[in-house]
Amino acid sequence: MLSVGLGTIIWTSIAFLAVVFLLGRLAWKPILNLIREREESIEAALQSAEKARLEITELKDQNEALLAEARQERDKILREARDLKEKMIGDAKKIADDEARRMIEKAQIEIDRQKSAAISELKQQVAGFSLEIATKLVGKRMEDNAEQRAIINDHLSALGNQESKSAS
Amino acid sequence: MAEKTRVSAVKYLSDFIVKGAFCAFLTYFSGFANLQANASSSLDSGQKAEPKSFNAGEMIMHHISDAHEIHFFTLNEGDAGAHHYSFYLPIIIKGKNGWDVFSSSHFYHHPKQITGSHDVYMEHNGYVLFHEQIYYAGPNGGLTMDSHGHPTNEKPLDMSITKSVAGLFIAGILVLLIFISVASSYKKRRGMAPRGLQSFLEPLILFIRDEVAVPSIGAKKADKFMPFLLSSFFFIWMANILGLIPFLGGFNVMGTLGVTLVLATVVFIITTLNGNRNYWVHILWPHGVPLPIKFILVPIEIIGIFIKPAVLMIRLTANITAGHIIILSFVSLIFIFGQQSAGAGYGVGVGSLLFMVFMNVIELLVAFLQAYVFTLLAAIYFGSAVEEAHHH
Repeated sequence: MLSVGLGTIIWTSIAFLAVVFLLGRLAWKPILNLIREREESIEAALQSAEKARLEITELKDQNEALLAEARQERDKILREARDLKEKMIGDAKKIADDEARRMIEKAQIEIDRQKSAAISELKQQVAGFSLEIATKLVGKRMEDNAEQRAIINDHLSALGNQESKSAS
Repeated sequence: MAEKTRVSAVKYLSDFIVKGAFCAFLTYFSGFANLQANASSSLDSGQKAEPKSFNAGEMIMHHISDAHEIHFFTLNEGDAGAHHYSFYLPIIIKGKNGWDVFSSSHFYHHPKQITGSHDVYMEHNGYVLFHEQIYYAGPNGGLTMDSHGHPTNEKPLDMSITKSVAGLFIAGILVLLIFISVASSYKKRRGMAPRGLQSFLEPLILFIRDEVAVPSIGAKKADKFMPFLLSSFFFIWMANILGLIPFLGGFNVMGTLGVTLVLATVVFIITTLNGNRNYWVHILWPHGVPLPIKFILVPIEIIGIFIKPAVLMIRLTANITAGHIIILSFVSLIFIFGQQSAGAGYGVGVGSLLFMVFMNVIELLVAFLQAYVFTLLAAIYFGSAVEEAHHH
């Protein structure tokens, strides 16, 4: 066991170096290369899966952002529509009010005009009546001058009062 | 297209080399050695076989030592009709008159007793095999012993395929066959999950790469050393497992100092050739050390260059041999008690057997562990050789 034979050393050198050389060329080189190749492809697959996962997350985020934006847009449109509706109603009301007021004013003016026309007509008639009444009175009793004068004056002042009242 | 042709050519060549080598190996062996049962008297004829007492130390040393045969078992041991069942390995000698090649059965079939000793020697064709060492036979044949009982005869260059060398070849061929087939299944199932033998071995390959080479050497430089580290790991492991298979002659490949010497030398050569400036500066002129200390430290570092691989060699040999010795010791216990009485032998045998099974399982772990430790330390040495200066 402890004796070292030269023959053993020579044979071992030949056998061992041949094994190292042959295995190196025929086994280890392809095996290690193919293991590395497979490891790299697995690595690449894992990385691309991770990338895809990130992309999906990103896409989802984008979708959510888009959805939120759309929701905001809808709310805005609805709010605008509501505002518009209220404004339109308000405008219409204002226009209607204005029209009504204008018509009332017009009516008022018409009424005033009719009234003053009526008054002036009435005045003429009253004067006519007064003249009739005066002629009747003059024809019937002429002796009492003072009394006649008083009556006419009364009528006239009453008319004058009425006229100044309606004019004011 | 060209790539494909090249690949198929390489595959063909690899198949050819592997199959060719294996066939050559088999035919070569069958030419010189065949498994045969031979009736040979273990002692010289005429001499009365005195009952030889069991010597545990001798038996154990015989079993863990390298041999020129693969001995499976012997029937009727010690009787005149003892049957040895062995695989006789080829003897290859570079002698004074050129190469001599013959089967070791020529030795083992003709043992001769050394006068005044239990030791036997075998002689054939002008060579003598004594304690598994080959000597030139003396002028009148046989050996001339000195006063310590060591032969004084000259030794030729023994290039025999010994038991350890044969184990080495078998382990090498098995590793080649396994990994070339695994490599082809990698090519076939490119980019797909491993299957079968491939899925059993891939974790081990990745273990050597990710837990041994990369932490010790660094990811960038590890690639260069991967073929050596993987080869030595699987080669040592396979050789160790081979030695644990019962009834296969008990190979003690990595327990043979000559084998581990070569492995350690290769580690030493790779470390030294790859040593960068930082490595040599660290050894020859360490930074941040006072001058007087340098005179102590530098010689220690220089000796360390050689001690490191030597430790690698001794650890592997000692661990694998120790495992074999322990198991053989338990076997010896049975025979030692058996010599007292058969009952004691059977009684101790039961306990011994349990311990042997236990030890065999431990050895299975040690077989892996020592291959791992060798690879790890080699990787650490390589790592220290290529490490860049990172402080001072």
